Amino acid sequence: MFLIRCPYCKESRDQNEFSPAGEAFIARPENPEALSDEEWADYVFYRTNHKGNHWEQWVHSSGCRKYFLVKRSTITHEVLEVATFEEINSENVS
Amino acid sequence: MQKKYSWYSLLKAGLANQDWDKAIPSSKPKSKYDVIIIGGGGHGLATAYYLAKECGITNVAVVEKGYIGGGNTGRNTTIIRSNYLRDEASSLYEHSMRLWEGLSEDLNFNVMFSQRGVYNLGHTLQDMRDIERRVNANVLNGVDAVVVDHKEIKEQIPIINTSKNVRYPIMGASFQARGGVARHDGVAWGFARAASNLGVDIIQNCEVVGIEVEDGRVKGVKTTQGDIMADRVGCVSAGHSSVIAKMAGLRLPVESHPLQAFVSEALKPILHTVVMSNAVHGYVSQSDKGDLVIGAGIDGYNSYAQRGSAKIVEHCAAAILELFPIFSRVRMNRQWGGIVDVCPDACPVISPTKVEGLYFNCGWGTGGFKATPGSGNVFAHTIAQDKQHDLAVPFHIDRFTTGALIDEHGAAGVAH
Repeated sequence: MFLIRCPYCKESRDQNEFSPAGEAFIARPENPEALSDEEWADYVFYRTNHKGNHWEQWVHSSGCRKYFLVKRSTITHEVLEVATFEEINSENVS
Repeated sequence: MQKKYSWYSLLKAGLANQDWDKAIPSSKPKSKYDVIIIGGGGHGLATAYYLAKECGITNVAVVEKGYIGGGNTGRNTTIIRSNYLRDEASSLYEHSMRLWEGLSEDLNFNVMFSQRGVYNLGHTLQDMRDIERRVNANVLNGVDAVVVDHKEIKEQIPIINTSKNVRYPIMGASFQARGGVARHDGVAWGFARAASNLGVDIIQNCEVVGIEVEDGRVKGVKTTQGDIMADRVGCVSAGHSSVIAKMAGLRLPVESHPLQAFVSEALKPILHTVVMSNAVHGYVSQSDKGDLVIGAGIDGYNSYAQRGSAKIVEHCAAAILELFPIFSRVRMNRQWGGIVDVCPDACPVISPTKVEGLYFNCGWGTGGFKATPGSGNVFAHTIAQDKQHDLAVPFHIDRFTTGALIDEHGAAGVAH
């Protein structure tokens, strides 16, 4: 169990209020017709499944119902950073 | 070579209270093996055992970062069944079931396999339709299964709540009489001991920190006890499969999640069978020691932390109490989590990879224990012949590229 700070509600709330929504920064391919089967498989099914600090998407499902980004340790569950999609994207992520 | 266990050896050592052998010798790694198995859980040890026994490859090392029986093998709820819907899955799990049925004798180790039957409850009309479909599919595949109604369930399990005045009343169930439980860490020890007797080195406290790949071919592994060379490497590291894959520059279609379970204080015999419910999501059996063994679901977020959230425990406890109100004052002794690697179709990957000589057996998700002997058996043949065992063919990693997924997630629900 851990707390997550919702960047919209600006409050730290119990993780139970939120739902995980998968790894972050997996962009839908811009030109789907040009993709090979391998690239499609990678987009749809393959994941980094990183052990360590992991950027992922969460939704404040029992709150404002907005999606946002969380950098969380998959080893300790510690939440290190939260951000909106406007603030951080795959270009400027650290 | 360890001594054979028998009633005579037990009596002799028992009377003298000495001569208790170590179950397996402690091994240091040699510099080179024919095959290295990464991960000394049930599946990895079973792989090594069948490599030695059925494939004639005895120059094998199993490297385990912790101790034998200390990982997921000793953390699951020990349920064994083979009543899967899809042909691919049911053939594989039935193969495993048949191996379970002769396993104690085969290994010369009592794995306490107890075929006490498994009930999969249905709570809605749709549940019952799915159960009937699955039972029919099972029968066609030669897997024993019957549909039972709520009256029959009540007769068999008098303490179960079949009242209609609950949120999800029990309407019926599928019942597999050959299903049951086994002593989970005993399974790991049995395979370890039998493999070791056939010449396999079981190396504990030896963590793999790197995989040597040269020109697209595996050369060996780097470990905390030094480098070990091998022509073939089989990876059976469950929740950490992605971590090992990354060492070889590969990605996998799995994500790791915590799966929780808990056991109660020991009680007198009260539940003689295994009861599972997908709809309310909980499963329970009583161990030979007397404690209730209760399994919950996974947390939705990725984790390697071997602990889950309280929400899951609460949800599972609520489900179990609706089924068995009599358990409301039972005190829980221990609660824990294990890390499971889940595939998008809830079916395993038993497959070669893009790296020649490197094989993966992973993605068993929440239901790997029951498959232990079968998984090891088909994986051993896959490694030995550098060609997938017939039963493993549908579980190739390429199914995520071709789209030939095995829709067991939709078919069997979530509880494994």
